[in-house]
Amino acid sequence: MSNLVWNIGYGHFLVLAAVLFLIGVVGVLVRRNALIILMSVELMLNAANVTLLAFSRMWGDLSAHTFALIVIAVAAAEASVGLAIVVAVFRGRRNVEVDRLTTLRH
Amino acid sequence: MDQLSLQLPFGLTVSLPNLVWIPVLPLLGALMNLVFGRWLPKRVVSTVAIGAVGLAFVYAAALVFGPLFREFQAGRGGIGITQIVYTWIEVGSFKAQLAFRLDTLSAVMILIVTFVGTLIHIYSMGYMAHDPRYTAFFGYLNLFTGSMLILVLAANMPVMFIGWEGVGLCSFLLIGFWYENDAFATAGRKAFVVNRIGDFAFLLGMFLLFWATKGTDVGDAGSLDFASLKNPAVGAAYASQFWGGERLAAAAGILLFIGACGKSAQLPLFVWLPDAMAGPTPVSALIHAATMVTAGVYMVCRLSFLYASSTTALIVVATVGLLTALAAAFMAFAQTDLKKVLAYSTVSQLGFMFVAAGTGNWTAAIFHLGTHAFFKACLFLGAGSVMHSLEHEGSTTPGDIMTMGGLRHRLPLTHITFLISCLAIAGIVPFAGFFSKDEILGGAFSVHPPGWPSVYGKFLWAGLLLGALGTAFYMWRLYFLVFAGESRSDAAKQAHESPLTMTVPLVILAAFATFIGFIGLPHFEHLSLPHPLAHWLEPSVTREWYASGLPGVQEIEGHASDGTTWLLMGVALLVGVAGITGAYLFYGHGPSKTVERLVEGHGPLAGVYEASSHKLWFDEVYDAIFVRPFKMLARGLFEITDRFVIDTVAVNGTAFVIGIFGRISRWFQNGNVQRYLAGVVVGGALVFFMTDCHDKPTFTYKVSGNQIRLHAEPGSGIEGANAKIYWDLNGDGQKDLDTASPSGLLEKRDVTAIGNVGPITMWIVDPITHKEWKVTQTINLNANAPEAQGAK
Repeated sequence: MSNLVWNIGYGHFLVLAAVLFLIGVVGVLVRRNALIILMSVELMLNAANVTLLAFSRMWGDLSAHTFALIVIAVAAAEASVGLAIVVAVFRGRRNVEVDRLTTLRH
Repeated sequence: MDQLSLQLPFGLTVSLPNLVWIPVLPLLGALMNLVFGRWLPKRVVSTVAIGAVGLAFVYAAALVFGPLFREFQAGRGGIGITQIVYTWIEVGSFKAQLAFRLDTLSAVMILIVTFVGTLIHIYSMGYMAHDPRYTAFFGYLNLFTGSMLILVLAANMPVMFIGWEGVGLCSFLLIGFWYENDAFATAGRKAFVVNRIGDFAFLLGMFLLFWATKGTDVGDAGSLDFASLKNPAVGAAYASQFWGGERLAAAAGILLFIGACGKSAQLPLFVWLPDAMAGPTPVSALIHAATMVTAGVYMVCRLSFLYASSTTALIVVATVGLLTALAAAFMAFAQTDLKKVLAYSTVSQLGFMFVAAGTGNWTAAIFHLGTHAFFKACLFLGAGSVMHSLEHEGSTTPGDIMTMGGLRHRLPLTHITFLISCLAIAGIVPFAGFFSKDEILGGAFSVHPPGWPSVYGKFLWAGLLLGALGTAFYMWRLYFLVFAGESRSDAAKQAHESPLTMTVPLVILAAFATFIGFIGLPHFEHLSLPHPLAHWLEPSVTREWYASGLPGVQEIEGHASDGTTWLLMGVALLVGVAGITGAYLFYGHGPSKTVERLVEGHGPLAGVYEASSHKLWFDEVYDAIFVRPFKMLARGLFEITDRFVIDTVAVNGTAFVIGIFGRISRWFQNGNVQRYLAGVVVGGALVFFMTDCHDKPTFTYKVSGNQIRLHAEPGSGIEGANAKIYWDLNGDGQKDLDTASPSGLLEKRDVTAIGNVGPITMWIVDPITHKEWKVTQTINLNANAPEAQGAK
């Protein structure tokens, strides 16, 4: 057991990533505030980044870094667009509770 | 190829083979009038229409008396001039060219069509002067002329069929020209439907001919070109056995003849023609007397070689012709409508032509076709002139001959021309009908196709004689009732002669009805009389029975001595005079009391009269046998297929099912993003857990000689993680040792075991979790399987 705890291997990173991802998913699913949801999405994206880097290290191959960088760039773009939408919605409705933004139903 | 170019405005030049111009000119006129006519004044419309047909006539005459006449003199009158515009359809061995041919037979037809057509166009100018759809009328009339010219000039059967259908369409359009009247529109539909029945058989006959000739060793076999169909090399195909042991020519000939029955109003498909009198009178004259209805006769003569190859087909043609001639003559007795009498007369005369064709007397058929075109067109136009004048005087039933009488003084020109035509149709010498009808009668009497019952020709002759008697009687009954005696209505008392545009064509047609007969004087052995028409047509029609180079070929000729010929002519003339005398006795001074006593109430001839006026109840029988069951079937199909299957099941059913799905999916789509995402997550998880992506670890082996080459397959998920592989090759249950490896154990992916060994075990150890999988296989070193492949 102590071996498992102290010998930090690839498994630790993957578990960390899974935990981060799950936190992100739960955050997106249960929180009402659009800002928090955006933050949770960031968590999920970064969990993916951690996995990518862990495998990159495992294989000794740097190409996964490229993916990670792209994910960061996309995440930045997503965050800016998402925040802009949130701000726009807030201006119109004075709240950003997603369960009240249901105009796009059938 | 001889081309004729037309210089159009805007620097356009249209250049077409010169034969093509003959049908194209009227078609251009039709195009012009139907498309732009509504913006043109009436004078321009009629000028364009008449000009188009007139030009076609002039040009046709120039071609016939120019190049074709030279061909004729060179002995190539039957080959004529052929011009191919382009290849229309080419599929497999079927090759249809858009091709036209002018030979001596089609030459006669185009001259009749364009000449009579021109006169009738001129007549229409007066007759239709006050019609609101003047332009459309001339457009259709031109379209008809063009189609008819395509029909007669066609060099092969598919092109002929274009014309065949084209004239059918125009007939429909023109019969139903005054379609505001329901009965007239129905008449047009009836003509169309009845013709379709014939056309279907025509198509079948065409297919059969194609099937029979496509494999023959003739120039362009499979093109259905008349020239290649006529080639003696095809004769064997016509003579080959077909249904019921008959020759193929019989089946093809009869099928095509059914088509001719539809178009040429023969029994049992004649019922549309009397109703077709609903159309304007020039239409009746042009389409339903002079040209379109003769298309069937023309077709049979065009395919004379086919009919001459089958006794059965000939006997069918002749018999149907005779029955039609008699039945129609009988039906004409009791008609009281001016045009109806003429319609039955047309049916009857067409029957005469088919008897001529059925006895191999092709020239006589075409001769009578020509003379009939003139005197029947003249009669129809005369009838139109009478009705036109009565209509002007306020008659509500302008066609009822019982309200006429005494018109000879008020319509002098119409009267004279009508009289001449009546003499011609009754067969009084020297008017045209005498010579042509006499040739048919003489032919039936003396020509004897091989294989016919010996007295059948005499029987046909006697039947025709009876028909001729009937013709003379009902035509002169008509003449006396219309022109003789005293006027029986106010309108008839006020009538006055029609305008010049109407009477001039009448006079010209009457002149032809008088003199045209002299182009076909009777044939005597000891007296040489010219018969230029027969001489002219001879190259285009066959002169032999079984014209195929097969056994049984013999010349078609009648064997009548001069005395017999004189006698036959005398009898025919006598019959005509007798008919006229009979008509004079009964109707010379208007409807007679004698006739009324005979036919009304319980008079001795009441039943006969009833049968005649109801045209032997043909319509009623067809209604009961075909029309009603068909309507019921249609009604049933409508209720089941249309109402139930399509409307209820297909259309509403689709909407219903989609509605259900819509209701279900609406319940999901509630606008809550988080619920959507929950769906995505749950779905993703399901995909992840339900998909079996774990390959079980195993190893494969290959046996060669006494060596076993082993290869580890760690399975997915572990291989990438640098799994450690250990082996037990000696079967002691322990991992084998290898001093060369750092761990001291045999740690390789590929190993080789030597000799027959016990169970081999492989261990796979996950480098991260240190979990172990253990795989054991017992390998049987079988000498019989040198390259045995290990399964998992």
